[in-house]
Amino acid sequence: MTEGHTPLFHERKSYRRRRLIDMIRMLPLIGAFLWAVPLLWPSGKDSATPTSLAIIYLFAVWLGMVLLGALLARLLKKAEDQDPDRGT
Amino acid sequence: MATLNILVAVCLIYVTFLFVVAFAAERAAKQGHGGWLRSPLVYTLSLSIYCTAWTFYGAVGYAARSGLEYLTIYIGPSLVMVGWWWILRKLVRIGRSQRVTSIADLISSRYGKSNLLAVGVTLLAVIGTTPYIALQLQSVTLSFDVFSGSNEVAGSIVDRDSTALWVAMGLTLFTIVFGTRNLDVNERHHGVVIAIAVEAIVKLFALLAVGVFVVWGLGGGLSETLQRIDASEIGMWEMRGDRWASLIFLSAAAFLCLPRMFQVMVVENDHESYLRTASWAFPAYLMVMSLFVVPIAVLGLDILPEGSNPDLFVLTLPLATGREGLAMLSFLGGFSSATSMVIVASLALSTMVSNHIVMPIWLSATGGGAKISGDVRNVVILSRRLSIAAVVALGYLYFRLSGGGTALASIGLISFAGVAQFLPVLLGGIFWRGATRTGAFAGLSVGFLVWAFALLLPSFGSGVLISQSVMDNGLFGLAWLRPQAFFGIEGMDPLVHAVMWSISLNTLVFFVSSLVGFPSPLERLQGAQFVNVYEHSRRPQGWSGSAAQSEDLMIMAQRILGAREAQNLFEREAQRQGVSGYLPDPSPDFLQILERELSGSVGAATAHAMIGQIVGGASVSVRDLMAVADETAQMMEYSSKLEAKSEEQARTARQLRQANEKLTQLSVQKDAFLSQVSHELRTPMTSIRAFSEILRDSEKLSGQEKVKYSSIIHDEAIRLTRLLDDLLDLSVLENGQVNLNTQTGVLVDVLDHAISSALTGSSDTRLTVRRRKSHEVVHMTTDLDRLAQVFINLIGNAQKYCDADPAELTINASLSQGQMLVDFIDNGSGISKEDQAVIFEKFARVGEMKAGGAGLGLAICREIMARLGGSVSYLPGQGGAAFRVILPLAASKTTL
Amino acid sequence: MGKRVLLIEDEPNIIEAISFILSRDGWSVSTHSNGHDAVDVVKESTPDLLILDVMLPGKSGFDILKELRETTSAETLPVLMLTARGQKADREMAERAGASRFMTKPFSNSEVLDAVRELVGS
Repeated sequence: MTEGHTPLFHERKSYRRRRLIDMIRMLPLIGAFLWAVPLLWPSGKDSATPTSLAIIYLFAVWLGMVLLGALLARLLKKAEDQDPDRGT
Repeated sequence: MATLNILVAVCLIYVTFLFVVAFAAERAAKQGHGGWLRSPLVYTLSLSIYCTAWTFYGAVGYAARSGLEYLTIYIGPSLVMVGWWWILRKLVRIGRSQRVTSIADLISSRYGKSNLLAVGVTLLAVIGTTPYIALQLQSVTLSFDVFSGSNEVAGSIVDRDSTALWVAMGLTLFTIVFGTRNLDVNERHHGVVIAIAVEAIVKLFALLAVGVFVVWGLGGGLSETLQRIDASEIGMWEMRGDRWASLIFLSAAAFLCLPRMFQVMVVENDHESYLRTASWAFPAYLMVMSLFVVPIAVLGLDILPEGSNPDLFVLTLPLATGREGLAMLSFLGGFSSATSMVIVASLALSTMVSNHIVMPIWLSATGGGAKISGDVRNVVILSRRLSIAAVVALGYLYFRLSGGGTALASIGLISFAGVAQFLPVLLGGIFWRGATRTGAFAGLSVGFLVWAFALLLPSFGSGVLISQSVMDNGLFGLAWLRPQAFFGIEGMDPLVHAVMWSISLNTLVFFVSSLVGFPSPLERLQGAQFVNVYEHSRRPQGWSGSAAQSEDLMIMAQRILGAREAQNLFEREAQRQGVSGYLPDPSPDFLQILERELSGSVGAATAHAMIGQIVGGASVSVRDLMAVADETAQMMEYSSKLEAKSEEQARTARQLRQANEKLTQLSVQKDAFLSQVSHELRTPMTSIRAFSEILRDSEKLSGQEKVKYSSIIHDEAIRLTRLLDDLLDLSVLENGQVNLNTQTGVLVDVLDHAISSALTGSSDTRLTVRRRKSHEVVHMTTDLDRLAQVFINLIGNAQKYCDADPAELTINASLSQGQMLVDFIDNGSGISKEDQAVIFEKFARVGEMKAGGAGLGLAICREIMARLGGSVSYLPGQGGAAFRVILPLAASKTTL
Repeated sequence: MGKRVLLIEDEPNIIEAISFILSRDGWSVSTHSNGHDAVDVVKESTPDLLILDVMLPGKSGFDILKELRETTSAETLPVLMLTARGQKADREMAERAGASRFMTKPFSNSEVLDAVRELVGS
């Protein structure tokens, strides 16, 4: 399309915002999946995973969730401030 | 060694500190500079009441026994928070747009404002929370024990029960003071929220301090500690997948459904955008809270003697290594975890108990609706306070009866599973329009029965509340009804078993009953409002009662919201409708707004019932049902445009009708005015003429008769003069030619003067005047004589027309927004609505009463007040006749 | 003569004046000062003449008169109406209600005497 079409510009922005929200929606699903991964680890008496590793993995997922969540929240705020036709 | 006295002193200082913080917050909020009180940070910290003493002390014990399973309790809520866009955002939006006061209120409101459902949810919430409160009391007493145990001398003084009692009483006091200070329309409590935010910091700091000490002080650094962990008895990753998954689910569900979480998350939420911050900040808080749990557990197992209670490692580790200060800090952390939970839980539960159980009973016992007498607010506050005391007392009782033993330790998860039963009904209510009240009731009942049978009763030990034969052979000997092996599926973990069956049967019954049944119109309407909250959070809720009496509504609203609040609301709404005075038309819009305001104070179901009682008849109009049925946005928009238009027309028509009525009345009055003047002049003249002729024509009059007749002539001449004075006064006032004699004075003096002139001028002094002189010390600069003239007139009217026996006149003075308000309220039968419209007109007398005046008094009053920059108006809904004089203080100062 | 006049009027001073004038002329005057039970009082006391004010507390003079004219015992009772409003409309209303004579306040004493004599004499 040609430049000077401001509506297109807005649409693009609200498109970005909607995809951002999709990402926010996905976040808990990703988290649930990652936190379920340790269940697949071997847990017999001999080949078991040491607890320290489990701690490091679980907390790393946690930290990742927090950082990603913070980043998305920031981006969303920016998008909402800019997007005039913010809906639901 | 810390003596018990020091411990008690620290507790007292800490609690005093909380009181001060809460008090300062309340004060700041009241003075309007409390902006910082409400921030995303405070909101996030207030969510931390999720971390109770059970998590502060218990998590370490949990880890010592079952390894990393304790993390599930924190992971569930983290997932809910991170996924805020799904559920929390909608809950908060609904909570704000519907003025929800509790989770019971939300559920009852969604399912057709059913109070039965609210009562059910409230009872279940109380059952689910009481053991949890007991658990907090136990944790405080245990931590006291640890300190006193380490000090042999003071140990004998300590008595567990009395410790728990003192703590319970202190918490009750705190909650009552800051939780029921005022009946806030928004049900928000600045003091409480800021206090629990402070407690959140204290417990986080305490746990971190202990953790840092353990890892770097005792464990010898990070890698050392990790090695020790792997070498310990919980060193291997062993996790049952079913427990891991169902515990994460359970804690997530409980996070949404716990009454106290609902209180801080939805009810106390000030702005939807806070969620955005809390969505990552709260998981971060939980992460930090659980970071050092395993190291503390492992080192506790290592260092402390065999058989030490791992639930108290957080406290005993620093004590055993001689870190008194750290132990004290840790004790404070546990103390604040326990106290913040009890405060918010009892606050949330008391709102539910009071709104859904006590108030409905009280209202039906007293006749309810508009017939109630007195200020309902006092009753509501009293019932809240009693409910708080009762909830905490229940917790204390449970603590006493259960003996504070191990039965309590497992109660955390049992309690979670109990409140999690709200989840299907809650989520179904906000995501599925087909959910019905019958379904909700059936689902909740089944879920709770299964939970009680499979989890709660067996938790007391077999043979206590549930017999061994039932455990082994099932209920009524039916093998498929064994509490821990439904349908013969054995070998499941009891908790997983109970959670799975209770939630799935709950959901199934809820779903099927909803499918089969048919919702009432109100349920469908509320369902549409909840599920589609983003599309139409402002759609009409559907009172169609044009038959409602605004004055009755005002009487009721005053008793619940308070007189000032209600008058402001009614005046504002009347203005919005373009109606003058205090009484707006009972349009559906207005009724909806009023209902929401009321529901902020007494809950949706009660507010709905009270308005229904006054409005009467159907509550949902055909138009509203069509709005529900209309699915397409286009139709919605079209119909709402039409609606707006027809409302606009109706409003214009109403204004025209009002104007017309007034004009007709005025023209009738103009005719009446002349005829009245004629009458008022001719009557005294008749006497004057008759007696002067008698004096002139009769020769045989006695001296006594002569004196008598001439004094009649004299009196009637004075009466004529007075009438002419009044007419002239009025004419001067109306033309604005009056000179004001501005002076400075105090209201109390003006009233004193007015009352003495009004009452002594007449032989008839049966009127009792009630005043509160302390409120009357208002300095003002205005024409004091004219003001007194108005007061004399109003008092005189009460004296003449008040038909009660004994007659009483109450004078209330108050200040509002730079204005002085003086209300004159008598206890007579008041003035009818038709007469209210004309009493300020000239010669308007109420009814056929003839009481000596010419009917010019109120007309003069109105003109005087207009000259003084204020007003005098009739105040409806006060019981008797009531007049309000308003005088702006600022304006009167500028005339100086 | 000793004819009995009943005066229904609520202004005490006017009652006093009319009573004085009429009793000096030999009438026996009884008075009543409210509208509520005026009709009953008239029926009971069966006066030879009724003087009736229009503005009365409780019930207007017109209503009282209408009611009286509907009862047989008072059908022909001469009635002198007094009003302080003196407008045409009032006079017409009085006639319609069945007043024998209509008089506007203030009146001269001789006017009253003449009217009363005339009404009872005829």
